[in-house]
Amino acid sequence: MAELEKVCTKSFLPEERRISAQGGKVFAKNTESSAGREKILSVQDLVIKFKLRGQVLTAVRGVSIDVYRGESLAIVGESGSGKSVFAKSFMGLLDNNGWVDSGSILFDGCDLTKISREKEWTQIRGKRIAMVFQDPMTSLNPLRTIGGQIREALLLHGSLSRAEAKEQTYRILADVGIDDPKRRYRQYPHEFSGGMRQRVVIAIAIAGRPEFLICDEPTTALDVTIQAQILQLLKGLQKKYRLTVIYITHDLGVVAKVADRVAVMYAGDIVEVGSCEEIFFDPRHPYTWALLSSMPQLRAKGEELCTIKGTPPNLYQTIRGDAFAPRNPQALVADFKARPPYFYVTPTHAARTWLLDPRAPKVEPPGHIKRLGEEGGWRNG
Amino acid sequence: MDKGKEVLLSLRGVEVAFGGRGHRFLAVDDVSFDIYRGETFGLVGESGSGKTTLGRAIVRINQTSRGDIIFEGEKINGKIPRELNSKLIQRIQMIFQDPMASLNERAKVDYIVSEGLMNVKKGLSEAERRRLVAEAMREVGLPAEFADRFPHEFSGGQRQRIGIARSLIMKPSLVIADEPVSALDVSIRAQVLNLLAGLQKKNRLTYLFIAHDLSVVRFISDRVAVIRKGKIVELAGTEQLFAHPLHPYTKALLSAVPVPNPVLAKKRQPKLYDPACHDYSADKPVWAEIERGHFVYGNERELAGYRRELAGR
Repeated sequence: MAELEKVCTKSFLPEERRISAQGGKVFAKNTESSAGREKILSVQDLVIKFKLRGQVLTAVRGVSIDVYRGESLAIVGESGSGKSVFAKSFMGLLDNNGWVDSGSILFDGCDLTKISREKEWTQIRGKRIAMVFQDPMTSLNPLRTIGGQIREALLLHGSLSRAEAKEQTYRILADVGIDDPKRRYRQYPHEFSGGMRQRVVIAIAIAGRPEFLICDEPTTALDVTIQAQILQLLKGLQKKYRLTVIYITHDLGVVAKVADRVAVMYAGDIVEVGSCEEIFFDPRHPYTWALLSSMPQLRAKGEELCTIKGTPPNLYQTIRGDAFAPRNPQALVADFKARPPYFYVTPTHAARTWLLDPRAPKVEPPGHIKRLGEEGGWRNG
Repeated sequence: MDKGKEVLLSLRGVEVAFGGRGHRFLAVDDVSFDIYRGETFGLVGESGSGKTTLGRAIVRINQTSRGDIIFEGEKINGKIPRELNSKLIQRIQMIFQDPMASLNERAKVDYIVSEGLMNVKKGLSEAERRRLVAEAMREVGLPAEFADRFPHEFSGGQRQRIGIARSLIMKPSLVIADEPVSALDVSIRAQVLNLLAGLQKKNRLTYLFIAHDLSVVRFISDRVAVIRKGKIVELAGTEQLFAHPLHPYTKALLSAVPVPNPVLAKKRQPKLYDPACHDYSADKPVWAEIERGHFVYGNERELAGYRRELAGR
């Protein structure tokens, strides 16, 4: 047990709890972190499958996570990790060839996976959960005025008259930082710059006064200075309307800026989850190490950037063990055999890797990852 | 700037104009700088700043309306002899941003990689062509057998490697990389950046690296120029620029760069750049070398301020 003490900062979960973690239910049982905080969304063992060219692909492989009211959670992962599909399932926006195979998504006591009719979805979509999409050019209608598009959302979700909705639209435009709302109301998307268009997309998303906002790569298509402004705006709106926000992104810089909590996704599974500081300063999963290591910010010119060898696993096939094991130079034998459960480093920080098992040999994270933690003044234990 | 460094490419007062009378728009406005052999010259700017147009003007895709572009001692813009044009196609190559859009979907990789070569080297034998393709593929870390496949069979990172192989096969001395890693995932981006850095060392390449991502530019470049609305506002050695930015636009841009540290990132307030802070009505701005190798665009009063700032650091 002495070895064990070194690895974790707080007491480990008892043996049987760790085993039950295999199913991923520990998040629900882990009440310590949720003390005093209200769960707004609780995902349990979610499996999402797609049928593509006659084959079945598992895009999300048994993911469980709780989201608390008022927090901002970032889901990070590379393309194909399933992060977008995962979040889209909260709004019933999976493509026609995709379905939730098993598991549940509890939103305010209601299981979203049980909703089958579009009509029921309209009570949730836009009204309670809204989404900001990546590309503001494709998510706006080029043939309708900006004002008309925002007002449409208002009329759909509220019981306002057309005149009231117009007044309300002016207020929302001002809210998202668009000057001269009266003139802007009558303009078309092509008259707006990329950053301004993204503000309009955000305006449409908040028009229905949702409590839950999903931002799918909200700033990927934007310039850095505009990106900073949009993130600032989203943070402001979150405070003002007490929104719960999920950011889906591959940009770790965005994560550092906005997230309270971070979930790292790889091959359809959340491999590590923790507070933003825990993920950046004390990451435990080898994939998180690899992801952080590939940031050019950590390296000086002339040095070689760390890369991840190999390719992500084929999701058409069943994955045994840790999905990252074949690309992980420090993989243990156990990683290839059995899927690791979540091991808790702290009550808020969990990682799916056998490295955290007390029987596992001690593997140090790469040097520059440790340096990042030291820079952040992070004390281990 | 430095003695013993050979100037490979030199731009003097280059201007690129679009549109006719009445709608004249300067995408590149009075740009002057030198690129030395073997270095990586980073060009950063936001969308619409003219950075891509400048790169395209150098490869003669866009016509210049004023100024000189001098490559290996020869003027290469405007009307040039045919032999020079054909030489330039070999010596200056470009890598494009979107690996999905820049490869011919209906051609095999073998053809894509050697198309340029077949155009400039007419009497090339089939065996020789195959050998050169295989060599270029190996250089970018792709198995030579992949030459018989179509672009859609490759991932984004692999496609970008094909794009790089297509430039390398020409044995260029200057490679213009226009946002070569922007469309790629973080880990793939790292692989391609490593590849570019490795190839530069091996083949003594010179890069003009055009990007909007400052953390990537900082990692790869020896010197960086910041372009805004067709004008270069500041140019300096990479570390010099990142440590002591002078122009308010550079400062705003640098303050917006995401940092991978949640504590710092959350504290940091991005600075805003207001073009109205310059008063150029009487005191006209110039492109001046304020310290060795550090150029900045400003008028006399601003330059004096920058000098004080440098002295006081």
